[in-house]
Amino acid sequence: MDKKRDDDRRGGIVLTEEQKRRRRARSLAIALVLGGLVLLFYIITIVRLGPNVLTRPL
Amino acid sequence: MSLLSQGAELSPQIAAEQAGLGPSLAGVDDFIALMKPRVMSLVVFTALVGLLVAPGHLHPVLGAAALLCIAVGAGAAGALNMWYDADIDAVMSRTARRPIPAGRVTPGEALGFGITMAAGSVLVLGLVANWIAAGLLAFTIFFYAVIYTIWLKRSTPQNIVIGGAAGAFPPMIGWAAATGGIGLESIFLFLIIFLWTPPHFWALALCRTGDYERAGVPMLPVVAGTRETIRQIRIYALVLLPVGVAPWLIGAASAVYGITAALAGALLLAFAWRVRSGGREAKALFGYSILYLFVLFAMLLVDHALFNGMSFSSWGQILAAR
Repeated sequence: MDKKRDDDRRGGIVLTEEQKRRRRARSLAIALVLGGLVLLFYIITIVRLGPNVLTRPL
Repeated sequence: MSLLSQGAELSPQIAAEQAGLGPSLAGVDDFIALMKPRVMSLVVFTALVGLLVAPGHLHPVLGAAALLCIAVGAGAAGALNMWYDADIDAVMSRTARRPIPAGRVTPGEALGFGITMAAGSVLVLGLVANWIAAGLLAFTIFFYAVIYTIWLKRSTPQNIVIGGAAGAFPPMIGWAAATGGIGLESIFLFLIIFLWTPPHFWALALCRTGDYERAGVPMLPVVAGTRETIRQIRIYALVLLPVGVAPWLIGAASAVYGITAALAGALLLAFAWRVRSGGREAKALFGYSILYLFVLFAMLLVDHALFNGMSFSSWGQILAAR
């Protein structure tokens, strides 16, 4: 409540509950997509390297 | 008279929202809607067929990643289309509830989303499969967003004929991802969708003439009338019949596919001949045209699984040799 009053006093943008809910859902979706991309790039790298990754000179 | 012209001061929040700078109202489902998931499903299916019937081999994981890139690229093209077409979408009943005209997504959000996904999908496809496939995907997105949406759609009744090429490229991209090139067979897959697009979209346009007229989109029924549209639908259906059978004729599919394609094509022609106006028959043609394309591509897949791409004649030679 105090924060809302502070925002009001400063003339800042105050999000409604619905806007907050949607922002949370967007943030979650972006996190899932980024996590999925990390996993995808990891798997693609392993597949592209193939069995040669195990026979490389050490 | 608006508040602004009366000299009234807007609160910072309302002013920011009007300028498109306010807090976003977009939900995750709005961004999914921007990608036109129904169109995307057709793109994924035809690209999958192109990928699987191609003679080359792609690791299943890389194949799945390539398909994902093609799907995201198609979604990007859809988002860019909705960004540019928001003004005409708002006046057409079929599209008025899309995220931008409904006010849930700002044009800037859609443009940024579309460009990011387009760049990402092309780059990843290049790294996962090859740069021929990536180049084709980039060209397809450019063709749909710029050539079709920005240029042709509002300027010529041949918009969906030429623009149909964008929807016809996915099987060719799938083929290129698997082989690193463009074969004669993939050109025929392209031609099937390219020639299928006009009867499919004009059947829909016949039912929505008023919408297109209001939006100022020069679709063929609006510019040339119902009779001329029906005549052209029939011509395309007629030309499509032998092209649909062509994969068998060039030895890329078996007679099972060839006979199915001939029967499905004849039925499409029958549906086209029944159309007299923008009524029930046009809706039936529109519905059947979707089934027609699905049957042809599904048969190519089944055919490939059963005969591994061998033509009927080569199976005949094997049996004769025994």
